[in-house]
Amino acid sequence: MMIVAIGVFVIGITFTVVLSFTNSKLFPSFNFVGWRQYEILWATPRWQQSVINIWFYGFGHIALCLSLGFALAVAIDQRVRGEDTFRTVFLYPFALSAVITGLVWQLMLDPNWGFQAFVRSLGYTDFTFAPLASSNTALLGMVVASVWNGVGVTMAILLSGLRGVDEEIWKAARIDGIPTWRTYLSIVVPMMRGAIATALVLLVVNVVRTFDIVIAMTGGGPGISTQMPATYVIDNINSRNVGHGMAAATCMLLPIAALIIVQAVYRWRASRRGRTT
Amino acid sequence: MSSITATAGIEPFGPKPKQVTAARIGIYAFLIIAALFFLVPLIVMLMTSMKSMNEIRGGNIFALPTQPTFDYWVKAWSSACTGVACNGLAPGFFNSVKITLLSVPISIVIAMINGYALSFWRFRGAELMFAILVFGAFVPFQVLVYPIIFGLSRVGLFGTLPGIVIVHTIFGMPILTLLFRNFFSSLPVELFKAARVDGAGFWRIFFSVMLPMSVPIAIVAVILQVTGIWNDFIFGLVFAGRENMPMTVQLNNIVRTSTGTVEYSTNMAATVLTGAVPLIVYFVSGKWFVRGIAAGAVKG
Repeated sequence: MMIVAIGVFVIGITFTVVLSFTNSKLFPSFNFVGWRQYEILWATPRWQQSVINIWFYGFGHIALCLSLGFALAVAIDQRVRGEDTFRTVFLYPFALSAVITGLVWQLMLDPNWGFQAFVRSLGYTDFTFAPLASSNTALLGMVVASVWNGVGVTMAILLSGLRGVDEEIWKAARIDGIPTWRTYLSIVVPMMRGAIATALVLLVVNVVRTFDIVIAMTGGGPGISTQMPATYVIDNINSRNVGHGMAAATCMLLPIAALIIVQAVYRWRASRRGRTT
Repeated sequence: MSSITATAGIEPFGPKPKQVTAARIGIYAFLIIAALFFLVPLIVMLMTSMKSMNEIRGGNIFALPTQPTFDYWVKAWSSACTGVACNGLAPGFFNSVKITLLSVPISIVIAMINGYALSFWRFRGAELMFAILVFGAFVPFQVLVYPIIFGLSRVGLFGTLPGIVIVHTIFGMPILTLLFRNFFSSLPVELFKAARVDGAGFWRIFFSVMLPMSVPIAIVAVILQVTGIWNDFIFGLVFAGRENMPMTVQLNNIVRTSTGTVEYSTNMAATVLTGAVPLIVYFVSGKWFVRGIAAGAVKG
Protein backbone atom coordinates (compact mmCIF):
# COMPACT_ATOMS: atom_id res chain seq x y z
CA MET A 1 0.00 0.00 0.00
CA MET A 2 2.89 2.32 0.68
CA ILE A 3 4.14 1.51 -2.79
CA VAL A 4 0.66 2.20 -4.16
CA ALA A 5 0.63 5.58 -2.41
CA ILE A 6 4.10 6.44 -3.67
CA GLY A 7 3.09 5.22 -7.11
CA VAL A 8 0.05 7.46 -7.09
CA PHE A 9 2.12 10.49 -6.13
CA VAL A 10 4.91 9.86 -8.64
CA ILE A 11 2.79 8.63 -11.54
CA GLY A 12 0.04 11.15 -10.81
CA ILE A 13 2.39 14.12 -10.89
CA THR A 14 4.12 12.82 -14.01
CA PHE A 15 0.74 12.31 -15.66
CA THR A 16 -0.35 15.83 -14.76
CA VAL A 17 2.84 17.39 -16.09
CA VAL A 18 2.72 15.35 -19.31
CA LEU A 19 -0.94 16.18 -19.93
CA SER A 20 -0.18 19.87 -19.49
CA PHE A 21 1.70 19.70 -22.79
CA THR A 22 -1.24 18.16 -24.65
CA ASN A 23 -4.58 19.48 -25.81
CA SER A 24 -6.57 16.92 -23.78
CA LYS A 25 -10.24 17.75 -23.43
CA LEU A 26 -12.34 15.33 -21.35
CA PHE A 27 -10.15 12.28 -21.86
CA PRO A 28 -6.38 12.31 -21.90
CA SER A 29 -4.97 12.54 -25.39
CA PHE A 30 -1.32 12.56 -26.29
CA ASN A 31 -1.54 15.15 -28.95
CA PHE A 32 1.39 17.28 -27.86
CA VAL A 33 1.15 21.00 -28.35
CA GLY A 34 4.32 22.14 -26.60
CA TRP A 35 4.01 25.17 -24.36
CA ARG A 36 0.73 26.24 -25.95
CA GLN A 37 -1.42 25.59 -22.85
CA TYR A 38 0.96 27.63 -20.72
CA GLU A 39 0.88 30.52 -23.18
CA ILE A 40 -2.92 30.51 -23.13
CA LEU A 41 -2.95 30.11 -19.35
CA TRP A 42 -0.81 33.14 -18.62
CA ALA A 43 -2.83 35.19 -21.11
CA THR A 44 -6.13 34.32 -19.42
CA PRO A 45 -7.40 37.16 -17.19
CA ARG A 46 -9.02 34.77 -14.70
CA TRP A 47 -5.75 32.92 -14.15
CA GLN A 48 -3.81 36.17 -13.83
CA GLN A 49 -6.34 37.33 -11.25
CA SER A 50 -6.10 33.98 -9.41
CA VAL A 51 -2.33 34.31 -9.14
CA ILE A 52 -2.56 37.89 -7.88
CA ASN A 53 -5.24 36.76 -5.42
CA ILE A 54 -3.26 33.88 -4.01
CA TRP A 55 -0.25 36.14 -3.42
CA PHE A 56 -2.37 38.79 -1.76
CA TYR A 57 -4.39 36.31 0.27
CA GLY A 58 -1.32 34.25 1.11
CA PHE A 59 0.68 37.25 2.22
CA GLY A 60 -2.18 38.53 4.38
CA HIS A 61 -2.97 35.14 5.86
CA ILE A 62 0.63 34.23 6.64
CA ALA A 63 1.61 37.67 7.98
CA LEU A 64 -1.43 37.84 10.24
CA CYS A 65 -1.16 34.23 11.43
CA LEU A 66 2.50 34.64 12.29
CA SER A 67 2.21 38.02 14.02
CA LEU A 68 -1.06 37.34 15.83
CA GLY A 69 0.00 33.77 16.62
CA PHE A 70 3.27 35.02 18.07
CA ALA A 71 1.51 37.72 20.10
CA LEU A 72 -0.93 35.16 21.49
CA ALA A 73 1.84 32.69 22.28
CA VAL A 74 3.87 35.35 24.11
CA ALA A 75 0.81 36.54 26.05
CA ILE A 76 -0.09 33.00 27.07
CA ASP A 77 3.51 32.35 28.07
CA GLN A 78 3.36 35.10 30.76
CA ARG A 79 2.12 32.59 33.34
CA VAL A 80 -1.46 33.70 32.93
CA ARG A 81 -4.32 32.11 34.79
CA GLY A 82 -6.56 29.85 32.78
CA GLU A 83 -3.88 29.07 30.23
CA ASP A 84 -5.61 25.86 29.18
CA THR A 85 -8.93 27.63 28.66
CA PHE A 86 -7.35 30.29 26.47
CA ARG A 87 -5.51 27.67 24.46
CA THR A 88 -8.67 25.64 23.97
CA VAL A 89 -10.56 28.73 22.80
CA PHE A 90 -7.84 29.85 20.38
CA LEU A 91 -7.50 26.44 18.82
CA TYR A 92 -11.06 25.16 18.51
CA PRO A 93 -11.82 26.80 15.12
CA PHE A 94 -9.15 24.58 13.61
CA ALA A 95 -11.30 21.55 14.41
CA LEU A 96 -13.99 22.97 12.14
CA SER A 97 -13.83 22.51 8.40
CA ALA A 98 -13.10 25.39 6.06
CA VAL A 99 -16.64 25.07 4.71
CA ILE A 100 -18.09 25.83 8.14
CA THR A 101 -15.60 28.66 8.65
CA GLY A 102 -16.63 30.16 5.35
CA LEU A 103 -20.36 29.91 6.06
CA VAL A 104 -20.18 31.40 9.55
CA TRP A 105 -18.08 34.33 8.42
CA GLN A 106 -20.31 34.87 5.45
CA LEU A 107 -23.12 35.52 7.94
CA MET A 108 -20.93 37.72 10.16
CA LEU A 109 -19.89 39.82 7.18
CA ASP A 110 -23.28 39.91 5.44
CA PRO A 111 -24.20 43.61 5.27
CA ASN A 112 -27.91 42.98 5.81
CA TRP A 113 -27.69 40.66 8.79
CA GLY A 114 -24.19 40.67 10.22
CA PHE A 115 -21.80 43.07 11.88
CA GLN A 116 -22.70 46.07 9.72
CA ALA A 117 -26.42 45.69 10.46
CA PHE A 118 -25.64 45.42 14.17
CA VAL A 119 -23.61 48.63 14.31
CA ARG A 120 -26.22 50.44 12.19
CA SER A 121 -28.97 49.30 14.55
CA LEU A 122 -27.07 51.08 17.33
CA GLY A 123 -27.65 54.35 15.51
CA TYR A 124 -24.55 54.70 13.36
CA THR A 125 -26.49 54.45 10.12
CA ASP A 126 -23.52 55.41 7.95
CA PHE A 127 -21.37 52.59 9.24
CA THR A 128 -20.14 50.38 6.41
CA PHE A 129 -18.34 47.11 6.85
CA ALA A 130 -19.17 44.68 4.09
CA PRO A 131 -15.91 43.36 2.66
CA LEU A 132 -17.52 40.47 0.78
CA ALA A 133 -19.88 42.74 -1.14
CA SER A 134 -17.17 44.51 -3.10
CA SER A 135 -14.60 42.95 -5.38
CA ASN A 136 -11.94 45.27 -3.97
CA THR A 137 -12.25 43.99 -0.43
CA ALA A 138 -13.67 40.44 -0.70
CA LEU A 139 -10.24 38.89 -0.22
CA LEU A 140 -9.82 40.79 3.04
CA GLY A 141 -12.99 39.18 4.34
CA MET A 142 -11.63 35.80 3.39
CA VAL A 143 -8.34 36.52 5.16
CA VAL A 144 -10.24 37.35 8.37
CA ALA A 145 -12.11 34.05 8.22
CA SER A 146 -9.05 31.96 7.41
CA VAL A 147 -6.99 33.61 10.15
CA TRP A 148 -9.80 32.85 12.59
CA ASN A 149 -9.59 29.22 11.55
CA GLY A 150 -5.83 28.79 11.39
CA VAL A 151 -4.07 31.14 13.78
CA GLY A 152 -4.50 28.73 16.71
CA VAL A 153 -2.19 26.22 15.09
CA THR A 154 0.51 28.80 14.53
CA MET A 155 0.11 29.85 18.15
CA ALA A 156 0.44 26.25 19.38
CA ILE A 157 3.62 25.67 17.36
CA LEU A 158 5.19 28.98 18.38
CA LEU A 159 4.23 28.42 22.02
CA SER A 160 6.07 25.11 22.07
CA GLY A 161 9.02 26.95 20.53
CA LEU A 162 8.90 29.58 23.26
CA ARG A 163 8.77 26.91 25.93
CA GLY A 164 11.86 25.35 24.42
CA VAL A 165 13.97 28.45 25.11
CA ASP A 166 16.24 27.92 28.09
CA GLU A 167 15.17 29.79 31.22
CA GLU A 168 18.83 30.66 31.85
CA ILE A 169 18.78 32.93 28.84
CA TRP A 170 15.96 34.92 30.38
CA LYS A 171 17.89 35.22 33.61
CA ALA A 172 21.05 36.33 31.85
CA ALA A 173 19.12 38.92 29.85
CA ARG A 174 17.47 40.20 33.00
CA ILE A 175 20.81 40.55 34.79
CA ASP A 176 22.23 42.46 31.83
CA GLY A 177 19.23 44.76 32.07
CA ILE A 178 17.98 44.11 28.56
CA PRO A 179 14.32 45.15 28.20
CA THR A 180 11.89 42.28 27.71
CA TRP A 181 10.85 43.23 24.18
CA ARG A 182 14.52 43.42 23.12
CA THR A 183 15.12 39.96 24.56
CA TYR A 184 12.20 38.63 22.55
CA LEU A 185 13.24 40.23 19.28
CA SER A 186 17.00 39.79 19.43
CA ILE A 187 17.44 36.56 21.36
CA VAL A 188 14.26 34.50 21.64
CA VAL A 189 12.97 34.85 18.07
CA PRO A 190 16.28 33.80 16.48
CA MET A 191 16.37 30.83 18.87
CA MET A 192 12.88 29.72 17.78
CA ARG A 193 13.89 29.53 14.12
CA GLY A 194 12.85 25.88 13.98
CA ALA A 195 9.33 26.48 15.27
CA ILE A 196 8.88 29.52 13.02
CA ALA A 197 10.07 27.55 9.99
CA THR A 198 7.64 24.71 10.78
CA ALA A 199 4.75 27.15 11.16
CA LEU A 200 5.71 28.92 7.94
CA VAL A 201 5.94 25.74 5.89
CA LEU A 202 2.51 24.61 7.11
CA LEU A 203 1.02 28.01 6.30
CA VAL A 204 2.48 28.08 2.79
CA VAL A 205 1.32 24.54 2.02
CA ASN A 206 -2.19 25.34 3.19
CA VAL A 207 -2.36 28.61 1.27
CA VAL A 208 -1.40 27.01 -2.03
CA ARG A 209 -4.25 24.49 -1.82
CA THR A 210 -6.90 27.02 -0.69
CA PHE A 211 -10.17 25.80 -2.14
CA ASP A 212 -12.92 24.91 0.34
CA ILE A 213 -13.20 28.33 1.93
CA VAL A 214 -13.56 30.02 -1.46
CA ILE A 215 -16.40 27.72 -2.46
CA ALA A 216 -18.19 28.14 0.87
CA MET A 217 -17.66 31.84 1.38
CA THR A 218 -17.76 33.63 -1.95
CA GLY A 219 -17.92 31.05 -4.74
CA GLY A 220 -15.04 32.99 -6.28
CA GLY A 221 -16.94 36.26 -6.53
CA PRO A 222 -17.89 39.02 -6.70
CA GLY A 223 -16.88 38.60 -10.32
CA ILE A 224 -13.54 36.79 -10.26
CA SER A 225 -12.20 38.72 -7.30
CA THR A 226 -11.67 35.72 -5.02
CA GLN A 227 -10.79 33.04 -7.56
CA MET A 228 -7.76 30.94 -6.67
CA PRO A 229 -5.49 28.65 -8.70
CA ALA A 230 -7.09 25.62 -7.03
CA THR A 231 -10.61 26.62 -8.12
CA TYR A 232 -9.26 27.34 -11.59
CA VAL A 233 -7.85 23.81 -11.90
CA ILE A 234 -11.06 22.13 -10.69
CA ASP A 235 -13.27 24.28 -12.93
CA ASN A 236 -11.17 23.42 -15.96
CA ILE A 237 -11.43 19.71 -15.22
CA ASN A 238 -15.19 20.10 -14.86
CA SER A 239 -15.47 22.07 -18.08
CA ARG A 240 -13.57 19.35 -19.94
CA ASN A 241 -10.48 21.33 -20.64
CA VAL A 242 -8.06 18.95 -18.97
CA GLY A 243 -4.84 19.90 -20.74
CA HIS A 244 -5.32 23.51 -19.76
CA GLY A 245 -6.25 22.61 -16.17
CA MET A 246 -3.15 20.44 -15.88
CA ALA A 247 -0.95 23.34 -17.02
CA ALA A 248 -2.47 25.37 -14.18
CA ALA A 249 -1.95 22.45 -11.76
CA THR A 250 1.69 22.18 -12.78
CA CYS A 251 2.12 25.89 -12.05
CA MET A 252 0.65 25.28 -8.59
CA LEU A 253 3.31 22.68 -7.98
CA LEU A 254 6.17 25.11 -8.60
CA PRO A 255 6.05 27.08 -5.32
CA ILE A 256 5.85 23.81 -3.39
CA ALA A 257 8.83 22.43 -5.28
CA ALA A 258 10.74 25.64 -4.55
CA LEU A 259 9.87 25.35 -0.87
CA ILE A 260 11.12 21.78 -0.72
CA ILE A 261 14.36 22.67 -2.50
CA VAL A 262 14.98 25.58 -0.10
CA GLN A 263 14.34 23.28 2.82
CA ALA A 264 16.66 20.59 1.46
CA VAL A 265 19.47 23.10 0.88
CA TYR A 266 18.95 24.51 4.35
CA ARG A 267 19.16 21.05 5.91
CA TRP A 268 22.20 20.11 3.87
CA ARG A 269 23.99 23.29 4.95
CA ALA A 270 22.99 22.71 8.56
CA SER A 271 24.31 19.14 8.50
CA ARG A 272 27.57 20.27 6.89
CA ARG A 273 28.02 22.95 9.51
CA GLY A 274 27.33 20.34 12.16
CA ARG A 275 30.10 18.14 10.80
CA THR A 276 32.82 20.80 10.59
CA THR A 277 32.38 22.13 14.11
CA MET B 1 0.33 28.35 44.00
CA SER B 2 2.94 28.39 46.76
CA SER B 3 5.20 31.29 47.54
CA ILE B 4 8.22 29.09 46.83
CA THR B 5 7.27 28.99 43.19
CA ALA B 6 7.11 32.75 43.09
CA THR B 7 10.43 33.44 44.75
CA ALA B 8 12.41 30.74 42.99
CA GLY B 9 11.17 31.95 39.61
CA ILE B 10 12.60 29.10 37.58
CA GLU B 11 9.42 27.17 36.96
CA PRO B 12 8.14 28.23 33.57
CA PHE B 13 4.52 27.54 34.52
CA GLY B 14 2.18 28.41 37.34
CA PRO B 15 0.58 31.67 38.40
CA LYS B 16 2.62 34.72 39.26
CA PRO B 17 2.40 36.44 42.63
CA LYS B 18 -0.53 38.78 42.89
CA GLN B 19 0.98 41.98 41.64
CA VAL B 20 -1.33 43.95 39.44
CA THR B 21 0.67 46.00 36.99
CA ALA B 22 -0.44 47.78 33.87
CA ALA B 23 1.40 45.20 31.79
CA ARG B 24 -0.52 42.33 33.40
CA ILE B 25 -3.82 44.05 32.77
CA GLY B 26 -2.77 44.66 29.19
CA ILE B 27 -1.92 40.99 28.68
CA TYR B 28 -5.25 39.84 30.06
CA ALA B 29 -7.14 42.44 28.05
CA PHE B 30 -5.41 41.24 24.89
CA LEU B 31 -6.13 37.59 25.66
CA ILE B 32 -9.78 38.25 26.47
CA ILE B 33 -10.37 40.34 23.35
CA ALA B 34 -8.72 37.60 21.30
CA ALA B 35 -10.88 34.97 23.01
CA LEU B 36 -13.98 36.99 22.07
CA PHE B 37 -12.86 37.12 18.44
CA PHE B 38 -12.62 33.33 18.44
CA LEU B 39 -15.81 32.65 20.38
CA VAL B 40 -18.24 35.12 18.82
CA PRO B 41 -18.70 33.27 15.51
CA LEU B 42 -19.52 30.04 17.37
CA ILE B 43 -22.02 31.85 19.61
CA VAL B 44 -23.59 33.64 16.65
CA MET B 45 -23.85 30.34 14.82
CA LEU B 46 -25.63 28.69 17.76
CA MET B 47 -27.93 31.63 18.48
CA THR B 48 -28.91 32.13 14.86
CA SER B 49 -29.78 28.46 14.49
CA MET B 50 -32.30 28.86 17.34
CA LYS B 51 -34.03 32.00 16.08
CA SER B 52 -36.94 32.24 13.69
CA MET B 53 -36.38 34.21 10.51
CA ASN B 54 -38.77 36.91 11.81
CA GLU B 55 -36.61 37.33 14.84
CA ILE B 56 -33.45 37.54 12.77
CA ARG B 57 -35.06 40.21 10.63
CA GLY B 58 -36.19 42.25 13.59
CA GLY B 59 -33.16 41.93 15.84
CA ASN B 60 -29.41 41.65 15.40
CA ILE B 61 -27.10 38.66 15.24
CA PHE B 62 -25.61 39.34 18.67
CA ALA B 63 -28.96 39.33 20.48
CA LEU B 64 -30.00 36.28 22.48
CA PRO B 65 -32.89 34.33 20.95
CA THR B 66 -36.11 35.38 22.71
CA GLN B 67 -37.94 32.17 21.90
CA PRO B 68 -35.24 29.54 21.35
CA THR B 69 -36.43 26.81 19.01
CA PHE B 70 -34.90 23.67 17.62
CA ASP B 71 -37.30 23.58 14.68
CA TYR B 72 -34.56 24.62 12.29
CA TRP B 73 -32.26 21.88 13.56
CA VAL B 74 -34.98 19.37 12.74
CA LYS B 75 -35.51 20.99 9.36
CA ALA B 76 -31.79 21.05 8.56
CA TRP B 77 -31.49 17.42 9.61
CA SER B 78 -34.44 15.93 7.80
CA SER B 79 -36.12 18.24 5.28
CA ALA B 80 -33.82 20.99 3.99
CA CYS B 81 -33.54 20.95 0.22
CA THR B 82 -30.54 20.41 -2.01
CA GLY B 83 -31.87 21.09 -5.46
CA VAL B 84 -34.86 18.79 -5.98
CA ALA B 85 -34.17 16.41 -3.11
CA CYS B 86 -35.45 17.51 0.31
CA ASN B 87 -33.99 14.98 2.72
CA GLY B 88 -31.93 17.35 4.82
CA LEU B 89 -28.46 16.56 6.09
CA ALA B 90 -29.23 13.10 7.44
CA PRO B 91 -28.11 11.15 4.34
CA GLY B 92 -24.88 13.16 4.28
CA PHE B 93 -24.31 12.41 7.95
CA PHE B 94 -24.62 8.67 7.40
CA ASN B 95 -22.40 8.86 4.33
CA SER B 96 -19.75 10.70 6.34
CA VAL B 97 -20.03 8.08 9.08
CA LYS B 98 -19.55 5.30 6.53
CA ILE B 99 -16.60 7.00 4.86
CA THR B 100 -14.95 7.81 8.20
CA LEU B 101 -15.51 4.39 9.75
CA LEU B 102 -13.94 2.68 6.74
CA SER B 103 -11.10 5.10 5.97
CA VAL B 104 -9.81 5.68 9.48
CA PRO B 105 -8.93 2.08 10.48
CA ILE B 106 -7.66 1.14 7.02
CA SER B 107 -5.36 4.13 6.68
CA ILE B 108 -4.06 3.83 10.24
CA VAL B 109 -3.29 0.11 10.07
CA ILE B 110 -1.40 0.53 6.82
CA ALA B 111 0.49 3.59 8.03
CA MET B 112 1.42 1.80 11.22
CA ILE B 113 2.94 -1.11 9.32
CA ASN B 114 4.72 1.34 7.00
CA GLY B 115 6.17 3.30 9.87
CA TYR B 116 7.28 0.11 11.59
CA ALA B 117 8.90 -1.26 8.45
CA LEU B 118 10.62 2.04 7.70
CA SER B 119 12.13 2.45 11.15
CA PHE B 120 13.27 -1.08 11.95
CA TRP B 121 13.61 -3.03 8.72
CA ARG B 122 16.07 -0.97 6.78
CA PHE B 123 15.50 -2.32 3.31
CA ARG B 124 16.97 -0.95 0.10
CA GLY B 125 15.49 2.33 -0.99
CA ALA B 126 13.72 2.88 2.32
CA GLU B 127 15.13 6.39 2.65
CA LEU B 128 14.05 7.33 -0.86
CA MET B 129 10.58 5.92 -0.36
CA PHE B 130 10.20 7.86 2.82
CA ALA B 131 11.40 11.07 1.17
CA ILE B 132 8.86 10.72 -1.65
CA LEU B 133 6.10 9.95 0.83
CA VAL B 134 6.87 13.07 2.88
CA PHE B 135 6.97 15.09 -0.32
CA GLY B 136 3.45 13.77 -0.94
CA ALA B 137 2.25 15.61 2.15
CA PHE B 138 3.13 18.92 0.52
CA VAL B 139 1.62 18.34 -2.91
CA PRO B 140 -1.58 20.34 -3.48
CA PHE B 141 -4.47 17.90 -4.00
CA GLN B 142 -5.55 19.68 -7.16
CA VAL B 143 -2.39 18.55 -8.90
CA LEU B 144 -3.40 14.91 -8.45
CA VAL B 145 -7.16 15.17 -8.81
CA TYR B 146 -7.39 14.44 -12.51
CA PRO B 147 -4.93 11.51 -12.62
CA ILE B 148 -6.87 9.90 -9.77
CA ILE B 149 -10.25 10.51 -11.42
CA PHE B 150 -8.84 8.86 -14.52
CA GLY B 151 -7.29 5.95 -12.66
CA LEU B 152 -10.38 5.26 -10.55
CA SER B 153 -12.76 5.39 -13.50
CA ARG B 154 -10.52 2.94 -15.35
CA VAL B 155 -11.09 0.38 -12.60
CA GLY B 156 -14.74 1.39 -12.18
CA LEU B 157 -14.40 2.85 -8.71
CA PHE B 158 -14.93 6.52 -9.50
CA GLY B 159 -17.89 7.91 -7.58
CA THR B 160 -18.17 4.88 -5.29
CA LEU B 161 -17.66 4.30 -1.58
CA PRO B 162 -14.52 2.17 -2.06
CA GLY B 163 -13.21 4.91 -4.36
CA ILE B 164 -13.46 7.67 -1.79
CA VAL B 165 -12.04 5.37 0.92
CA ILE B 166 -9.02 4.63 -1.28
CA VAL B 167 -8.50 8.35 -1.90
CA HIS B 168 -8.60 9.14 1.81
CA THR B 169 -6.24 6.26 2.54
CA ILE B 170 -3.71 7.41 -0.04
CA PHE B 171 -3.77 11.05 1.01
CA GLY B 172 -3.61 10.14 4.69
CA MET B 173 -0.55 7.98 4.04
CA PRO B 174 2.24 10.61 4.05
CA ILE B 175 1.33 12.30 7.29
CA LEU B 176 0.35 9.12 9.15
CA THR B 177 3.46 7.26 8.06
CA LEU B 178 5.54 10.22 9.19
CA LEU B 179 3.75 10.17 12.53
CA PHE B 180 4.30 6.45 13.09
CA ARG B 181 7.85 6.41 11.77
CA ASN B 182 8.84 9.20 14.14
CA PHE B 183 7.21 7.32 16.98
CA PHE B 184 8.86 3.98 16.23
CA SER B 185 12.24 5.66 15.68
CA SER B 186 12.00 7.09 19.19
CA LEU B 187 11.73 3.59 20.69
CA PRO B 188 14.98 1.97 21.87
CA VAL B 189 16.35 -0.22 19.09
CA GLU B 190 17.40 -2.81 21.72
CA LEU B 191 13.73 -3.68 22.04
CA PHE B 192 13.71 -4.74 18.43
CA LYS B 193 17.06 -6.48 18.61
CA ALA B 194 16.06 -8.48 21.66
CA ALA B 195 12.95 -9.73 19.89
CA ARG B 196 15.05 -10.62 16.84
CA VAL B 197 17.48 -12.60 18.97
CA ASP B 198 14.52 -14.47 20.42
CA GLY B 199 13.66 -15.49 16.89
CA ALA B 200 10.59 -13.36 16.27
CA GLY B 201 9.85 -12.38 12.69
CA PHE B 202 8.42 -9.26 11.03
CA TRP B 203 4.78 -9.86 12.00
CA ARG B 204 5.48 -11.43 15.35
CA ILE B 205 7.49 -8.38 16.47
CA PHE B 206 4.83 -6.10 15.10
CA PHE B 207 1.92 -7.73 16.89
CA SER B 208 3.59 -8.71 20.16
CA VAL B 209 5.99 -5.82 20.75
CA MET B 210 5.17 -2.80 18.63
CA LEU B 211 1.39 -2.79 18.51
CA PRO B 212 0.84 -2.73 22.27
CA MET B 213 3.33 0.10 22.63
CA SER B 214 1.84 2.31 19.96
CA VAL B 215 -1.58 2.84 21.54
CA PRO B 216 -0.93 6.51 22.46
CA ILE B 217 0.28 7.45 18.99
CA ALA B 218 -2.58 5.49 17.45
CA ILE B 219 -5.04 7.61 19.44
CA VAL B 220 -3.40 10.75 18.06
CA ALA B 221 -3.70 9.27 14.57
CA VAL B 222 -7.37 8.42 15.06
CA ILE B 223 -8.19 11.96 16.19
CA LEU B 224 -6.25 13.37 13.27
CA GLN B 225 -7.99 11.16 10.74
CA VAL B 226 -11.51 11.42 12.13
CA THR B 227 -11.47 15.22 12.11
CA GLY B 228 -9.57 15.38 8.83
CA ILE B 229 -11.86 13.01 6.94
CA TRP B 230 -15.03 14.40 8.48
CA ASN B 231 -14.02 17.93 7.50
CA ASP B 232 -12.88 16.99 4.02
CA PHE B 233 -14.72 18.80 1.28
CA ILE B 234 -12.83 18.55 -1.99
CA PHE B 235 -12.38 14.76 -2.08
CA GLY B 236 -16.01 14.23 -1.18
CA LEU B 237 -17.03 16.72 -3.85
CA VAL B 238 -14.92 15.15 -6.58
CA PHE B 239 -14.74 11.44 -5.78
CA ALA B 240 -17.71 10.38 -3.67
CA GLY B 241 -20.41 10.73 -6.29
CA ARG B 242 -24.07 11.51 -5.63
CA GLU B 243 -24.72 8.37 -3.61
CA ASN B 244 -21.98 8.85 -1.05
CA MET B 245 -21.91 12.62 -0.74
CA PRO B 246 -20.40 13.48 2.67
CA MET B 247 -21.97 15.91 5.09
CA THR B 248 -19.73 18.90 4.26
CA VAL B 249 -20.65 18.73 0.58
CA GLN B 250 -24.32 18.39 1.41
CA LEU B 251 -24.08 21.32 3.80
CA ASN B 252 -22.63 23.48 1.07
CA ASN B 253 -25.36 22.34 -1.34
CA ILE B 254 -28.11 23.17 1.13
CA VAL B 255 -26.71 26.64 1.67
CA ARG B 256 -26.26 27.22 -2.06
CA THR B 257 -29.80 26.18 -2.98
CA SER B 258 -31.59 28.68 -0.77
CA THR B 259 -33.90 30.61 -3.04
CA GLY B 260 -35.03 34.18 -2.42
CA THR B 261 -33.80 35.52 0.90
CA VAL B 262 -31.10 33.48 2.55
CA GLU B 263 -32.61 31.38 5.32
CA TYR B 264 -29.87 31.80 7.85
CA SER B 265 -31.68 29.87 10.60
CA THR B 266 -31.62 26.65 8.62
CA ASN B 267 -28.16 27.31 7.23
CA MET B 268 -26.67 27.86 10.66
CA ALA B 269 -28.51 24.86 12.10
CA ALA B 270 -27.01 22.75 9.31
CA THR B 271 -23.59 24.25 10.02
CA VAL B 272 -23.88 23.46 13.73
CA LEU B 273 -24.89 19.88 13.00
CA THR B 274 -21.98 19.37 10.59
CA GLY B 275 -19.48 20.91 12.97
CA ALA B 276 -20.74 18.99 16.00
CA VAL B 277 -18.71 15.82 15.42
CA PRO B 278 -15.24 17.41 15.10
CA LEU B 279 -16.04 19.83 17.92
CA ILE B 280 -16.99 16.99 20.24
CA VAL B 281 -13.82 15.14 19.25
CA TYR B 282 -11.82 18.29 19.95
CA PHE B 283 -13.30 19.06 23.36
CA VAL B 284 -13.19 15.44 24.52
CA SER B 285 -9.68 14.72 23.30
CA GLY B 286 -8.11 17.98 24.52
CA LYS B 287 -4.35 17.59 24.74
CA TRP B 288 -4.34 14.60 22.39
CA PHE B 289 -5.68 16.82 19.67
CA VAL B 290 -2.92 19.35 20.24
CA ARG B 291 -0.31 16.60 19.95
CA GLY B 292 -1.63 15.65 16.56
CA ILE B 293 -1.68 19.24 15.36
CA ALA B 294 1.97 19.72 14.49
CA ALA B 295 1.78 16.70 12.22
CA GLY B 296 -1.83 17.05 11.18
CA ALA B 297 -1.83 20.70 10.22
CA VAL B 298 -0.28 19.70 6.93
CA LYS B 299 -3.55 18.05 5.99
CA GLY B 300 -5.53 21.31 6.17
